[in-house]
Amino acid sequence: MSKYLLNKFLFTVDRDPLLVERYREDPAELVAWWESTMANDLLNCHSGENTTWLAFTDEERDALIARDQVRLFEFGAHPFLTLTLFIAVFERDNTEPLEYQKAYGASLAHVTRPYPDIAT
Amino acid sequence: MASIVAVIASTHHPFYYRASTATGDDRPPFADEWVRKITAFRETLTRANPDVLVMVGSDHFHQLWLDNMPQFLVGKAPFYDANWYNEEREFGLPKMRLQGQEDLSAHILRAGLDSGFDLAFSNELRIDHSVTCPIITLRPEADLPIVPIYTNIFAPPLPQPSRFVKLGESIRTIIEQWPSHLRVAVIGTGHLSLELGGPRQFGPQGPDPEFDQRAVQWIANGDLDGCLREVTLDSLHEPGNATHGFMDFMLMMGVAGAGVKADYVDTLDLFHTMEAYFTWYPSGAPA
Repeated sequence: MSKYLLNKFLFTVDRDPLLVERYREDPAELVAWWESTMANDLLNCHSGENTTWLAFTDEERDALIARDQVRLFEFGAHPFLTLTLFIAVFERDNTEPLEYQKAYGASLAHVTRPYPDIAT
Repeated sequence: MASIVAVIASTHHPFYYRASTATGDDRPPFADEWVRKITAFRETLTRANPDVLVMVGSDHFHQLWLDNMPQFLVGKAPFYDANWYNEEREFGLPKMRLQGQEDLSAHILRAGLDSGFDLAFSNELRIDHSVTCPIITLRPEADLPIVPIYTNIFAPPLPQPSRFVKLGESIRTIIEQWPSHLRVAVIGTGHLSLELGGPRQFGPQGPDPEFDQRAVQWIANGDLDGCLREVTLDSLHEPGNATHGFMDFMLMMGVAGAGVKADYVDTLDLFHTMEAYFTWYPSGAPA
């Protein structure tokens, strides 16, 4: 399991408006494209100096495609990254202020402390 | 030598800008009271008449990332662009550009390294709302040069709370030894109890109002002993999963000094989190 790679997905998609839209419109396409092209990009370095060993597990890939914040939370993905990206994807559908944010919290109501470890 | 004319510790609520500028039906019911409190808080900095702002905050996974994560980082650049696409998207924050004070950055780096803090540095730093929120609330003219100092309260493993306090104490000493006639204000922002991406987020109050009350008392009274007795890296998970941002308040308590009561204290109970505002005048209260 790679909390780091989950975080890297959330981080790099969240900061790119075009990727945010692709993740909203077709998450399976975006996740497959990202894993094949960006997962092993060494960020902030010269292009071409790629990493060779990063890949999602099947469960991680499925959770990202399903945009399942509960499973991502259980995996120990950084909650700030998940929340920020998912707000970008879903908040525009709100019919009242904070509707999505509150539903997101409610979806995790069963979680007890200590929360899953987010250390990478 | 330079003088520290104000030490300010504050929460940094990214929704303030949008709430305070909204009009008509878009203006939330709590906006007017919030603006009143911020306006009064702003006056505590204005009265101190600073020349330079040292700004303590924390990058929220904007420029600093898990492939290369510093614990404490000092910006040293002539300018700092500010706010990021996702902050514009989610909070409506404007793009900004702030001037840097490179002499003070260099002094803090040299003296910090020589006093036991292996500070990282950045010569090209785009700062985020942990620094721009207090600019918006306290100095909206954004006309003073800054030295940004980033702490890692976000990506474990984190430094111990006591280390934040010691860094704050060192920053105080280091600035007071800066060979300059300039008047320095040290402004740091953090959080009280806060939950992000968890079951307790976006409630009618902060996730742990009882912690918030105790935290406000620790800060207002400069009660570092009491605070350090109770606060550990483990204990901070309990009030809310993003409460490690409280360690930036502890850093500012270190700047203000153990046992030194704040000259100005105010709070505002909001949805999601409690706002808290503190000012100390180490050189005496301005006339």
